[in-house]
Amino acid sequence: MLYREAGQFKTSYVADSAIFPLRQDRIGIGLIILAAYALAFIGNSFLLQAVMIPFLVFSLASIGLNILTGYTGLLSLGTGAFMGVGAYACYKLMTAFPEVNVIVWIFVSGFFSAAIGALFGLPSLRIKGFYLAVATLAAQFFLQWCFIRIPWLVNYNVSGALDAPLRTLFGIPIVGATATPQTRYLVVLTIVILLTWLASNLVHGRIGRMWIAIRDMDLAAELMGIRPLQTKLLAFAVSSYYCGVAGALLVFLWYGGAEYDVFNINQSFFILFMVIIGGLGSLIGSFFGAALIFILPIVLGIVLPAILSPFGISVGADVIEHLRFMIVGALIIFFLIVEPHGLARLWQIGKQKLLVWPFPY
Amino acid sequence: MRAPDNPVFAKGDVLLAVENVSLSFGGVKALTDVSFDIRKSEIRAIIGPNGAGKTSMLNCINGFYYPTEGRITFKGVKRPKMRPYEAARGGIARTFQNVALFKSMSTLDNIMAGRSIKMNSNFFWQLFRHGPAMREEVEHRRVVEEIIDFLEIQHIRKTPVGRLPYGLQKRVELGRALAMEPELLLLDEPMAGMNLEEKEDMSRFILEVNQQYGTTIALIEHDMGVVMDLSDRVVVLEYGRKIADGTPAEVKGDQRVIDAYLGVAH
Repeated sequence: MLYREAGQFKTSYVADSAIFPLRQDRIGIGLIILAAYALAFIGNSFLLQAVMIPFLVFSLASIGLNILTGYTGLLSLGTGAFMGVGAYACYKLMTAFPEVNVIVWIFVSGFFSAAIGALFGLPSLRIKGFYLAVATLAAQFFLQWCFIRIPWLVNYNVSGALDAPLRTLFGIPIVGATATPQTRYLVVLTIVILLTWLASNLVHGRIGRMWIAIRDMDLAAELMGIRPLQTKLLAFAVSSYYCGVAGALLVFLWYGGAEYDVFNINQSFFILFMVIIGGLGSLIGSFFGAALIFILPIVLGIVLPAILSPFGISVGADVIEHLRFMIVGALIIFFLIVEPHGLARLWQIGKQKLLVWPFPY
Repeated sequence: MRAPDNPVFAKGDVLLAVENVSLSFGGVKALTDVSFDIRKSEIRAIIGPNGAGKTSMLNCINGFYYPTEGRITFKGVKRPKMRPYEAARGGIARTFQNVALFKSMSTLDNIMAGRSIKMNSNFFWQLFRHGPAMREEVEHRRVVEEIIDFLEIQHIRKTPVGRLPYGLQKRVELGRALAMEPELLLLDEPMAGMNLEEKEDMSRFILEVNQQYGTTIALIEHDMGVVMDLSDRVVVLEYGRKIADGTPAEVKGDQRVIDAYLGVAH
């Protein structure tokens, strides 16, 4: 009843091409952001550290891959490695120039990842689909090899791992062992909101249309004067930028230190599944995908024993673990059958139905 | 208005000249020694039986293929080997035999995408969707709305084109090509698969584009009625060779054309 288009007239092209044309949507997004910030003050540290921070980090990486695979239609399996480039670049920068604020380096490290991403995107002019995925697989293996074999990247640290030195913002530790989950959550949340907003601006403008044009019909796009190579490389660069920042956040604001193994092929697949299940070509879908794949297993781990115990069934942690895999797997298949275009499409259909509710049309 | 049987058919200077063009793929000769020209502001039809090389000819003109022999001169300059996007930036737009729209985008976004080459606000402003980026967006939206009005597709402005019926998709595709404000518009079977009413609408749009904006149009079409009514001059291809060239009336009376279409008694 409250969700209606009626009475909202657009009198300018600016208003008509707004990203959230509906007033209710704008209010809704505002409330969600407000709630996300409020969570920092009411949530316990388990919720922030083990659920919300990783959820946001994976959402950001999914947005990155979604720009490439969802919007531009270029399949990539190098996400994990591009995240790694961001993390290692950030580590090098923050240890080489400790006086510069770490937030600056987190944003700058994305550019390194963008450059590497664009480099490995060069084959995309000639090959597409599964073949391009295989070409990006080369990036995955080559970069991971670099992470292991080049000790300079970890400042010749004997353990070969990245550690998170103490860094502060306005005197409050945000990176390092003494940074509280609360402050780290606030930093991650702010960065993710900012970058999501920028991504949304990009995909709704000229550049986004060029990306989608390349995805939907590359020959026609080229005949309209869209340069295929530049457009694809831009998608690779922007996508890798997001992945790189996500990688830096993952190591320094979530794990607090990591080894090369974090950025392996499994990570790439993990992000790809989030994108596919959330919805290719949808920013909000990236959040849905990350929630389903990352948060759902955690929720099940908590909820399942609580459901089973009243029936007198007490099961071990290992059985819970197996059940979790089975349920998540089944749900993924269920969602893909119900809506192959992902959770984002379900969300869109739901909103359209709500607009006319309680009438069918 | 057009004078179909005017013997002096030249409407203006030569915009594009095809000289002795041959195109072969390995041993297959798609085009053999074809020469014709397209003059400014005329409607030029390319006809011929199936497999005559009409689409190959269009592909040469917009840079998909580069002729094996011969040359193409556009606006008085011999065309170097180029990519299709360069031809597009040079002012050649095209629609396809099988609709090649961006299916997931709305009508509006499809036509807006057609204006990509006209837009040049930089990445930084695009990131913030502000300042020059937004001004440009609005300015081009205004042009796109004019095209939408012109083609009478206001009601499907925000519909994803994948959901539209075929006839409307063809119309959106024409709109997308018009958004490029081309000097030369190539239409590959714009009426294929349409019913009479849709054909009439499409013919009207083609004539209006030609007359209002002075756009030069080269079209491939199988419906002879449409070709004879619309075009100023017709070139006829058969098995990759040019067999006739002239006004619709001349071509209609040409014995080789009649033979090509109806067959010859052996």
